[in-house]
Amino acid sequence: MQDFIQHIINGISLGSIYALIALGYTMVYGILKMINFAHSDVYMVGAFAAYYVARFLGIENNPGFSTLITLLLFSMLSCAILGLAIERFAYRPLRKAPKLNILITAIGVSLFLEYGGQVVFGADPKVFPEVMKDFVLFNIADVELKSFDVTVLLVSLIAMLGLQFLIFKTKLGRAMRAVSANSSVASLLGVNPDRIITFTFIVGSALAGIGSVLVGMKYPKIDPLMGMMIGLKAFVAAVLGGIGNVGGAVLGALIMGLSEEMVVAYLSSTYRDALAFGILIVILIFKPAGLLGKYSVEKV
Amino acid sequence: MSSVLLNVENLEVFYGSIHALKGLNFTVNTGEVVSLIGANGAGKTTTLRAISGLVPVRGKIEFSGKDLVSVPTHQRVSLGIAQSPEGRGVFPQMSILENLEMGAYSRSDKAQIKTDLEMCFDLFPRLKERLQQMAGTLSGGEQQMLAISRALMCKPKMLLLDEPSLGLAPLIVAQIFEIVKKLNNEGMTILLVEQNARMALKISHRAYVLETGRIVMADSAQNLLSNDEVRKSYLGI
Ligand SMILES: Nc1ncnc2c1ncn2[C@@H]1O[C@H](COP(=O)(O)OP(=O)(O)OP(=O)(O)O)[C@@H](O)[C@H]1O
Ligand SMILES: [Mg+2]
Repeated sequence: MQDFIQHIINGISLGSIYALIALGYTMVYGILKMINFAHSDVYMVGAFAAYYVARFLGIENNPGFSTLITLLLFSMLSCAILGLAIERFAYRPLRKAPKLNILITAIGVSLFLEYGGQVVFGADPKVFPEVMKDFVLFNIADVELKSFDVTVLLVSLIAMLGLQFLIFKTKLGRAMRAVSANSSVASLLGVNPDRIITFTFIVGSALAGIGSVLVGMKYPKIDPLMGMMIGLKAFVAAVLGGIGNVGGAVLGALIMGLSEEMVVAYLSSTYRDALAFGILIVILIFKPAGLLGKYSVEKV
Repeated sequence: MSSVLLNVENLEVFYGSIHALKGLNFTVNTGEVVSLIGANGAGKTTTLRAISGLVPVRGKIEFSGKDLVSVPTHQRVSLGIAQSPEGRGVFPQMSILENLEMGAYSRSDKAQIKTDLEMCFDLFPRLKERLQQMAGTLSGGEQQMLAISRALMCKPKMLLLDEPSLGLAPLIVAQIFEIVKKLNNEGMTILLVEQNARMALKISHRAYVLETGRIVMADSAQNLLSNDEVRKSYLGI
């Protein structure tokens, strides 16, 4: 029983990381109806940004709260700038182009970042800075709550609540929802859709930046292809929840994280990565719109 | 004579190889209700889309003496042009209140926004009763009221209405036209697109008849109402 609860905690922690990345896929899809394949590589660049910043500031062996915050901020900033640049220079010129052209461009940007990353950062894995010490914070009835998991949970929770607030309680968030629902009507009301799209990329990318630091902390080996598998899983999570739906992305990611943890614990770790594909196939067959798939009630 | 608010000259619109507008010339004066009437596919919606900047155009569109052609859609709103689009275009997953707040997106005069909200509720008391209801769950008539109110929240100098009567029961249609007339009495300039030509002409000062991308008649609404050709083709008499 303790084991089971322990696995739940680990699964939720893993799921929160998937959620941070899945949100970027789903937000961009919601507003542009495109899959931003480069998103997982933005995440990778975030990890390297944190790595180099830590070295530059000489805090790579200085675990603690201030290191966590510093790395989070720099990683978010780097990802935001990269996301903005990708949108501005790769996707915006294709705004009116056929969907297939945009899709191919997204794959191109992704490959560019992955292989450009190997040239610039080197293909060998690097050791991520020590963000904090992993120790047991609480021990309740033999269930351990470790500092890493608590940090992951807290940081992602704050990020997601912040996002929730932004989207549903601010004027900017309202404009994001409006552009996502009908961008030409939004522009008839004075919204500049391009600005909202840029902003969406900034926010989605910054969330991936947060994810990269949390993953770097837990699994401190980073390399230019590190985004591929986690990106795929986050993408599946977004599809599972109903792509375009923010709450769905979080739900899908938690299900992904939990089932992955359970599969590894009770079946075999060989199935860890196959699970994502399995889930993807099952949803595409039985519920292609996802669990919370967008429906719209529009009267004509 | 009142002043010209909107002046359109040689307006042409292409959708790929389709020549949807073939050189329109018309004006709307401050304080007028002007109607564009015509059959399906005549180019009425396209004309409104052109004025709001949603389609690329050739020709001239002047508003308050300013050339609009190079002004992007979202900036035309703050110049004073608001549109209630064909099919209403309410945001289905937003509440009535949020839809109305979207109308005030480019404004910052908080106190005045509040007053204008109240004005919308005076016009359409039904909206006030359902402020938190999702717009997608409203009836067609209520959605139309919301779309008009949302456009009014832009605080425009000119209101573009695209088929406000589309698909509504006669009683609601009468109510909507009543409101349009009332808005005009209070000073709003209105460019109205309608297939319901009779209702439109009754509340208009002037009207233009569109046929496959061309203006084929232009006259006072009164004259058009008694014009034989118009009566035959558009009023079904
Ligand atoms: N997005 C588009 N792509 C291609 N052709 C279009 C497009 N929109 C409109 N058209 C064409 O342009 C012409 C004018 O259409 P428009 O929608 O302006 O007509 P309308 O007068 O508003 O008709 P209705 O009364 O049916 O609303 C039509 O022939 C239509 O098929
Ligand atoms: Mg039309």
